[in-house]
Amino acid sequence: MNSAAIQEQSATLATNAAKLAEEVEKLAQDASQLIDVQTAAATMDFLSLFTIFVLACFVGFYVVWSVTPALHSPLMAVTNAISSVIIVGGLLAAGPADMDFSKVMGFCAVTLASVNIFGGFIVTQRMLGMFKKKK
Amino acid sequence: MSAQLTGFAYLASSVLFIMALKGLSSPETARQGNRYGIIGMVIAIGTTLADPSVVSFELIIAGLVIGGAAGTIIAKKIEMTALPQLVAAFHSLVGLAAVFVGIGAFYNPEAYGIGTFGAINTGSIIELSLGLAIGAITFSGSIIAFAKLQGLMSGNPITFKFQHMLNAIIAACIVMLVITLVGGQTEGVFWSLAILSFAIGFLIIVPIGGADMPVVVSMLNSYSGWAAAGIGFTLSNPALIITGALVGSSGAILSYIMCKGMNRSIVNVLLGGFGGDTAAAGGASADTGDKNAKAGAAADAAFLMQNASKVIIVPGYGMAVAQAQHALREMCDILKAEGVEVAYAIHPVAGRMPGHMNVLLAEGNVPYDEVFELEEINHEFATADVAYVIGANDTTNPVAKTDPSSPIAGMPILDVEKAGTVLFVKRSLSPGYAGVDNPLFYSDNTLMLYGDAKKMTEEIVQALG
Repeated sequence: MNSAAIQEQSATLATNAAKLAEEVEKLAQDASQLIDVQTAAATMDFLSLFTIFVLACFVGFYVVWSVTPALHSPLMAVTNAISSVIIVGGLLAAGPADMDFSKVMGFCAVTLASVNIFGGFIVTQRMLGMFKKKK
Repeated sequence: MSAQLTGFAYLASSVLFIMALKGLSSPETARQGNRYGIIGMVIAIGTTLADPSVVSFELIIAGLVIGGAAGTIIAKKIEMTALPQLVAAFHSLVGLAAVFVGIGAFYNPEAYGIGTFGAINTGSIIELSLGLAIGAITFSGSIIAFAKLQGLMSGNPITFKFQHMLNAIIAACIVMLVITLVGGQTEGVFWSLAILSFAIGFLIIVPIGGADMPVVVSMLNSYSGWAAAGIGFTLSNPALIITGALVGSSGAILSYIMCKGMNRSIVNVLLGGFGGDTAAAGGASADTGDKNAKAGAAADAAFLMQNASKVIIVPGYGMAVAQAQHALREMCDILKAEGVEVAYAIHPVAGRMPGHMNVLLAEGNVPYDEVFELEEINHEFATADVAYVIGANDTTNPVAKTDPSSPIAGMPILDVEKAGTVLFVKRSLSPGYAGVDNPLFYSDNTLMLYGDAKKMTEEIVQALG
């Protein structure tokens, strides 16, 4: 084998290696894109959340118009209680193992929302318990 | 718990919340509805606690126990007359909780999977700042509403020059800060946003008069919902978004109903300056000097009602203040035993919050099927022999129909003047909250019963017995 042939072979090898590297890079890109898509699916994109929001507004509109005016006070108390589902956010902030500022904020949120949840549902039950029919 | 199972659990709690509201369409289904609401909340909390990122439970349990105990005690002890203050106070807590969640998310975004400190995803930082701002406004606004309702501060509107301009400037600053925050997430900007939002909450509620508080409380109810929805977007949590939207629309509808009950626009209420200042009524009462109001005694009222075949009771906030609901029900029991037909007529803005009067009457053991809304009963005054107006005034004032320049012009009123005799239980002839003189006091078929609502009703009960 002469030196020219060796040179030629090494040149083809080098281009092959370069091609391979390109393909690996492409694969890696595809893989990372796949991960991106998966995380997006897990957290839901803004449009689906917004769709839920708008539809829920309509549900709320029709359900609340069907509430009898006599029960508007219990309605306010119970909506107040269920809006404290915001406690979910507090729980997530208070949940991690490490103690930090964010965890304290979470604790405060959980405490305040609990006042509302217990207070709201109990006062609603108290009010509703008073509504009696003619004997 | 798998992501899918979590999703289903949150969906279940959202559906239960919808059913809780649906239950309120009738007093018979309402109690069951409330139970659905409680189950929904337990599912939502349980699902979150099962989240793999929630690993430390000490603080959570402490918060639940402390908050739960406080809430339970307050809810068991509260007087039904103080219900509006209670609801305002509760709204402030939701608002503040939203603020805390917002701060927590800003400093530890990893816990919510929305990025890292200082580098939160653009969408999430917008949602987060909106949740924070609305929460802060709900908090400070509700504190003012609470103070006005509780009598800790004067119910008079507090107005000053350039008030609306100041509010507009602050609102513009808030929008600017949100935009700045998208560009660079510095703590300074974040806290400025929080502080300005607190400030505008105070400023938009102070000019609103004490008796406009029913609208304000409903509006803040709505805000607390939008705050929850804002945080729901940040957390990508459909349960929070759905609940927030339900509560938001509920509060908006209640505000609308209240405004319609006063024939005023929400803008008119929010701009404030209405009510609490009786000096404005000087012109209206000037021409009443030559009129005489007939005064009667408890015995006259007892005689009139005993011989009537139909009596309609018109309760107002004055009844609640005097705690006259029990005496009132006792009086009606005697009348019913004597074969008199008794019904109660409720104006949409009677009391200090939507539906307040119904709860107070229910507390006095008045059966709910004897209590009617304005549209249901208004045509019946013409066939009633006696209208017994106790602690109400503006809601019966015929000026609303006759004088287009009056502050209450166009407000739907209870047509008590069509009844055979109108009995007004009142301390004096002073005008009501709107500052408008009521010509009904001087009408031929009106008898004024001067005195405390409860004492007068008790005297009538004695006279009947």
